[in-house]
Amino acid sequence: MQRKLGALAAVTASALALGVAACGEEGGDGSAGGGGGGGGDTPYIAIVSKGFQHQFWQAVKQGAEEEAKAQGARITFQGPPTEQDIEQQVTMLTNALQQNPDALGFAALDSKASAPLLEQAKAQSIPVVAFDSGVESDIPVTTAATDNKAAAAEAAKQLAELIGNSGKVAVIVHDQTSRSGIDRRDGFLEWMEQNAPDIQILPVQYGGGDQAKSADIAKSIISANPDLKGFYGANEGSAIGIIKGVQESGKQGLTIVGFDSGKAQIDAIKSGVMAGAITQNPVGMGKELVDSALKAIKGEKLPKVIDTGFYWYDKSNIDDPKIKAVLYE
Amino acid sequence: MTAPAVTREPQEHRTGVEAVGAGLRDRLQQFLAFASLIVIFVFFSIASSSFLNYTNVTAILFSTVVIGLLALGTTFVIITGGIDLSIGTGMTLCAVMSGVLIVNSGVPVLIGVIGAVLFGGLIGLINGFNVAVLGIPPFIATLAMMLVAQGLALVISDSTPIYFNDAPSYISISTGHLFGVNFPNAVLVLAVAAVIAAVVLNKTVLGRYTYSIGSNEEATALSGINTRRWKMIIYTLAGLFTGLAGVMISARLASAQPGTGLGYELQAIAAVVIGGTSLAGGKGTIVGTIIGALIISVLNNGLQIMTIPQEWQNVILGIVILVAVYADMARKRAV
Repeated sequence: MQRKLGALAAVTASALALGVAACGEEGGDGSAGGGGGGGGDTPYIAIVSKGFQHQFWQAVKQGAEEEAKAQGARITFQGPPTEQDIEQQVTMLTNALQQNPDALGFAALDSKASAPLLEQAKAQSIPVVAFDSGVESDIPVTTAATDNKAAAAEAAKQLAELIGNSGKVAVIVHDQTSRSGIDRRDGFLEWMEQNAPDIQILPVQYGGGDQAKSADIAKSIISANPDLKGFYGANEGSAIGIIKGVQESGKQGLTIVGFDSGKAQIDAIKSGVMAGAITQNPVGMGKELVDSALKAIKGEKLPKVIDTGFYWYDKSNIDDPKIKAVLYE
Repeated sequence: MTAPAVTREPQEHRTGVEAVGAGLRDRLQQFLAFASLIVIFVFFSIASSSFLNYTNVTAILFSTVVIGLLALGTTFVIITGGIDLSIGTGMTLCAVMSGVLIVNSGVPVLIGVIGAVLFGGLIGLINGFNVAVLGIPPFIATLAMMLVAQGLALVISDSTPIYFNDAPSYISISTGHLFGVNFPNAVLVLAVAAVIAAVVLNKTVLGRYTYSIGSNEEATALSGINTRRWKMIIYTLAGLFTGLAGVMISARLASAQPGTGLGYELQAIAAVVIGGTSLAGGKGTIVGTIIGALIISVLNNGLQIMTIPQEWQNVILGIVILVAVYADMARKRAV
């Protein structure tokens, strides 16, 4: 009985797995856009991103797909489940290199962890285009990224103005190890230190980009600091967590400044709960990434860094077409 | 579960006096967990003037809800000597199902909630089938389910959050205030779920068999009880709690976030273990689990209020788990 069931289960499971794999392949071809059965003259760009925890990556993917379609390239777009899964990302990068793509797009969760694989890409003569986070290596032909430090400094400047250059400010960041976490923290703190000596910054807290966890942290901070005046959340999950925490605590009169977008953040800005936020240009980043990769394949020279830009948006300009185009829900 | 029966505590052979002693010790263990909660609570109350007030205490209770619900279901599974690693991503999958039903298909909120909870039960039933009928070790069976749920949540939602903004009654399940000012409904849901779990574990046949399977599965089977069927029921029950947790987290965030959930299972297991439930099975209480979950959220909240750097908060939490489990082992050795 047990054995029969076991065999049955194994057969069913493998059949199911194959079925799922087949579906996955179909879907993959469909979304890759323009890929004519692999090979041929269509250049193939393998892209490894930081995953799908944030809608940001969907917007980058969208930009990359649009550009690939426009220029007639084939892309694959992958990423680990969360932005802590460094090892899984390295595995994905390994697999991507196995396919021998014409170019590789890569957003490193940890640039040192992926260094040996970038060496391998160099050995295979596959040009690497870094995006979102810089890689501490001279292998990438270019880096298409937001200047996170400058963007965070802009957030600091806006917040300082809104609270009249004095008072207590709390900061919730997604993590203390990723490049974007470090830059968005330090850019904010450094600007405040140099330009707003009367603003007191509370010790930075980290919520892993998890909305519920960041909300709980925000509530603890509000409890501990009744005189708090401002909040800064360094990514989508942190910022939305702060909004939830402030709403749940019922605290009034706090000035909240966020980062990235997402529906909850956009709604909060429209309703006035949040003062404003910095947005990157993820769709533009995806386009630049594919465009640069195609240029690299042709052997064209590229600048070391391509700044994909950022914007401050608030109630006044949230419906501006230029802003609307880079926000995502 | 697969460990030889001889390593189990020989409860069946205790004399009357010993049984009374064991009962006292069990109560002592619960008392110890409760006492540590009180000590931690009093410590933070003295250390920070912002800790002990209505708003902060309700914030602590609110932050316990999701982990608490997951821990309630897992308590049953762990008492049988099993483990359930699928609850974190399973919760996320149930949240997505709730979104699919209520937002995408437009079914009434109540039906959507019931659907999401039942879907959790289905996940649990599959876990139970894999463990009890196919004989796959619980660690592996639920690890596999953890991956399946994580992937399906992304596939079904197309990797996009599903928002409940057009269903305010759904959001109010968590953040509404049925009773009094600033006392979120989510806390009531946890309280009711805990009472139900305690009644099931202490007053029903299902509860008795849960302990009995965990103490000695072979003896339980030999005494004519269909342990396979009961284990499937126990995993299904745990799944229902997972489904409810999925509803509560998505109601709180007004959205089902398909990329999250991983890691919640370990926090829930930590709550169960701190509460004195033995991973070897046969032992554990709902009160202990709730106390365990509260200890975790009081520690998180208190350390944040005292602005202890976050890196150290995790170190302290880890040490608390070690101490709790060591105390439990030391108590058993004394038997």
